[in-house]
Amino acid sequence: MKYFLQRLAFYLFTAWAAVTLNFFIPRMIPGDPVQSLVTKYQGQLSSQAIEALYVLFGLDKDANIWQEYVAYWKQLFSGDLGLSFTFFPTPVSEIISSSLPWTLLLVGITTVISFFLGTGLGILAGWRRGSWTDGLLPVTTFLSSVPYFWLGIIAIYLLTGPDSFFPSSGGFDSGLVPAWDQYFIPSAIQHSLLPALTILISSVSGWILSMRNMMVTVASEDYITVAHAKGLTDRRVAMSYAARNALLPNVSGFALSLGFIVGGTLLVEIVFSYPGVGFQLFQALGASDYPLMQGIFLIITISVLVANLLADIAYLLLDPRTRKEG
Amino acid sequence: MTIPTSSIEQVIPAQGAMAQPETGKPTKAKRQRFRFVANKKAATGLVILGIYVLLAIIGPWIAPYDPGARGNDLVQPPSTEHWMGTTHLGQDVFSQLLTGTRSVMFVGFFAGIVATVLSVLIGVTAGYVGGKTDEALSAISNVFLVIPALPLIIIITSTLESAEDWLIALVIGLTSWSWNARVLRAQTLSLRRRDFVEAARATGERTWRVIVFELLPNLTAVIASGFVGTVIFAVLSEITLAFIGVTSATTWNWGTILFWAQGQQALAQSAWWWFVPAGLAIAILGTSLSLINFGIDEFVSPRLRSAGKTKLKTADGKTVRMRIGFTPVLNNSAAPHTHATPTPVVPTPVAPTPVVPAPADPQQKEVAP
Amino acid sequence: MSEPVLEIRNLNVAYGLGDQAVRAVRDVNLTLHRGEVLGLAGESGSGKSTLAYGLTRLLPPPGVITGGEVIYHPDGGEAYDVLALSDAALRRFRWNETAIVFQGAMNSLNPVHKISTQLTDVLKAHDPRMSEHSRNARAREMLKLVGISPDRMDAYPHQLSGGMRQRVMIGMALILQPQVVIMDEPTTALDVVMQRQILGQLIELRERLGFSVIFITHDLSLLVEFSNRIAIMYGGRIVEEAPAAAIYRDALHPYSAGLLGSFPALRGPRRELTGIPGSPPDLKGMPTGCSFHPRCPKAFDPCAGNIPVLGRPGTPDGATRSVACWLHPTAQPVGR
Ligand SMILES: Nc1ncnc2c1ncn2[C@@H]1O[C@H](COP(=O)(O)OP(=O)(O)OP(=O)(O)O)[C@@H](O)[C@H]1O
Ligand SMILES: [Mg+2]
Repeated sequence: MKYFLQRLAFYLFTAWAAVTLNFFIPRMIPGDPVQSLVTKYQGQLSSQAIEALYVLFGLDKDANIWQEYVAYWKQLFSGDLGLSFTFFPTPVSEIISSSLPWTLLLVGITTVISFFLGTGLGILAGWRRGSWTDGLLPVTTFLSSVPYFWLGIIAIYLLTGPDSFFPSSGGFDSGLVPAWDQYFIPSAIQHSLLPALTILISSVSGWILSMRNMMVTVASEDYITVAHAKGLTDRRVAMSYAARNALLPNVSGFALSLGFIVGGTLLVEIVFSYPGVGFQLFQALGASDYPLMQGIFLIITISVLVANLLADIAYLLLDPRTRKEG
Repeated sequence: MTIPTSSIEQVIPAQGAMAQPETGKPTKAKRQRFRFVANKKAATGLVILGIYVLLAIIGPWIAPYDPGARGNDLVQPPSTEHWMGTTHLGQDVFSQLLTGTRSVMFVGFFAGIVATVLSVLIGVTAGYVGGKTDEALSAISNVFLVIPALPLIIIITSTLESAEDWLIALVIGLTSWSWNARVLRAQTLSLRRRDFVEAARATGERTWRVIVFELLPNLTAVIASGFVGTVIFAVLSEITLAFIGVTSATTWNWGTILFWAQGQQALAQSAWWWFVPAGLAIAILGTSLSLINFGIDEFVSPRLRSAGKTKLKTADGKTVRMRIGFTPVLNNSAAPHTHATPTPVVPTPVAPTPVVPAPADPQQKEVAP
Repeated sequence: MSEPVLEIRNLNVAYGLGDQAVRAVRDVNLTLHRGEVLGLAGESGSGKSTLAYGLTRLLPPPGVITGGEVIYHPDGGEAYDVLALSDAALRRFRWNETAIVFQGAMNSLNPVHKISTQLTDVLKAHDPRMSEHSRNARAREMLKLVGISPDRMDAYPHQLSGGMRQRVMIGMALILQPQVVIMDEPTTALDVVMQRQILGQLIELRERLGFSVIFITHDLSLLVEFSNRIAIMYGGRIVEEAPAAAIYRDALHPYSAGLLGSFPALRGPRRELTGIPGSPPDLKGMPTGCSFHPRCPKAFDPCAGNIPVLGRPGTPDGATRSVACWLHPTAQPVGR
């Protein structure tokens, strides 16, 4: 419990740091992005909206930085991430809440599959050294060096086409309206297969490699020899003794990998024009839509923090030593 | 009484042990370094990396065309004139690839250096100094560890007015040091408890001297592996940034090529030559760096070395595999392996059927000189 | 002390192959009799652990068994060669017939499972029909036997002290009532009082349950006290093997004498502590002839040229002991 509270405190601290970063970064933008927006939407902006934009960008000349900071937090707590430039005057929070489910489903499901698949193959490769699984290693090394988005491009090039099952872009058939019905869901699944496969192929190799190395390291621990000496079945030694211990560092290494994977998947969304936050971020970049970019960054960071917290809970359940304090 | 010369060192261990700190250490280090290069994976990686470095230096000079120069052959497949085909403006892809190598390698190495310096400063200080400093530094590196780096880099670079290579590299370096710092901190903690560091501290050696002369040499492998890892990450990040159009589309790197290919519908035109070479170049560079890191890993923890020969032939011609838990039995006969001994025939000066006084004889011999 | 349980015949073990090979165990012949405690001593690196784990094929790569037989005589059954068993048969043999308490038993327990799990999974593996209730009862019984309160069943290894973990391992070794228990320096990590306490317990258990023990240690004083016979290893070979009292009284091999000279006498007249000059041999570049001769105070002509084999010496008690030394040439080599 103590361990859990410590981690929770740390993630809150990190969230605070991310928000603070997010607060300061736009203050480095040269020029006056708000002014150009105001001219673009001549007359359509209420003075209140302009005010809010100035607070967001730190161009509010009357307030000192501390007041700005407090105002920024107030805005955040009321769920206000500002107004998007590209989809003006839609609030950023609205855009994000429509695109986030796509990303969460795509990335969430593929990351979980990739973790279990990679861990499983890594167990095999580490336990059966010298068997066919060793041939897996050069391939996985190569695949883990390929940028996700390039693999996506190749997948589109090779697997899509006029009469291919796989659509090359989008999240669903353009003729459909998002709804939980028998037309929309299959279409959405069909559209997500190729992006998911791309993410899976490029992220699975990392798990294979690290799990394999942990298995090899753990396999020479004393308790493995004891397990063999006890005459346990090979399966039991491999799973309950070796893999069970090798899994621990892999779970705690989740933090680092998740950042990488999320970064990579954003790019995959771009390549496939998949309606998630990555594609949204891409569009925001093209239009210099700073409020949207920052909102997306914030939401990605918080999602990653939550995922990390979940990984920590898993670790807590897996390793009795962290439960020491009760 | 004859003692083979080879065993003299064994007889006088004290001298051998005392001689070691002066002469033993450097030769050992040299041999180890040599062994690292002898690692097949590391050697392969280093050779490939060497080629890339060479191309980064001479690439722009040997490129057959100006990478930006337009030509008349639009979107042409590879030919003798254009080895990797042309773009929508008739630019030579091969020249773009060659010219772009420099930017990629520069950003990779520069970001790698920035991140490595930072991680050494922060990680080693945290591990060595401990206490409140450690807590603060660890908290900072953990924060950077869990904030997703690529989105952060994208956000920061998108606010830059001019995204030049060195600036991009700086941003990447400043945001990607945390993992290495964490590893270094852990290593430093365990090293600090070792005898030679304790000894140096006890003799009142200055802190920075202990760190530079006692700690850092022992951290070389970890630092190197962290550096290589950051280079991989930096290269991928730079290419990604160029691909999504955050950085300038006129300085050539492999990401820029992919940016144009994507933007100009290379896919729709089936212009595979436009996007395949750049991706392969990245993948091969990444693979070579990973290979170097495998070499370092195996060098540091020998358990990971591939088991070498794992299939063995037994005396009766069967094949068995080396594996943990079931030691291979190569020969199951109870015939002794020592044959050279004609046992009962004893060429001794001692009585052939020794009785109790026998041992006394050589003992006297021993006393005599 | 008549009937053998385990006969090791010319066992050879190497780490690696070809000219890279380190031959860690060479032509070892050793017989363990029913009910006895056989002590195995020798300097660090002499191959004691390699021998003990080689017996049941537990050496990790690059270890290979390059020759020999290990004949096991089950209680009342037909004798068979352990090294010739199939994997499945070997799995059944392990722990049922021979159990091992490993060197550094500190890390012998799986850190992520409760000790109850680790005690009962061996029962489950060897007797799948046993009910869960009786498995737990058996595990409790074993804990009680080694002096640990049965309500520690649900503890994790990190919640136990080093001594307790050691006891758990000993209890685990006895849970299937094996004929042979191999103990590789089971007590080196413990303080002296604890060491004797655990060993005392073990000897008591042995008298009650009737198993045989191969007991490995650096500490000859412990061996002299607790074992029936002692074998001394040097450079991968057994150089002397004799009843404990006999070896303590007059060691025939100069190396045994040196080893005995490096610890204070337990009883009787004070002896001068001498120790052995020099350091253990390099297994890759062994001296020719007797591997001990460069360090031997009594070396003479034949020592450098020929390897002495283990055999019965011509001493009055020669029938009960064997030695491999040119000072005691033999007409009755063991195991040839
Ligand atoms: N994996 C290995 N590869 C090569 N040589 C090895 C390996 N393991 C052990 N050896 C060598 O085999 C020899 C015997 O080792 P072993 O562990 O059996 O010694 P020991 O008598 O048990 O020593 P200790 O009393 O220290 O436990 C040693 O010289 C050692 O260097
Ligand atoms: Mg040992």
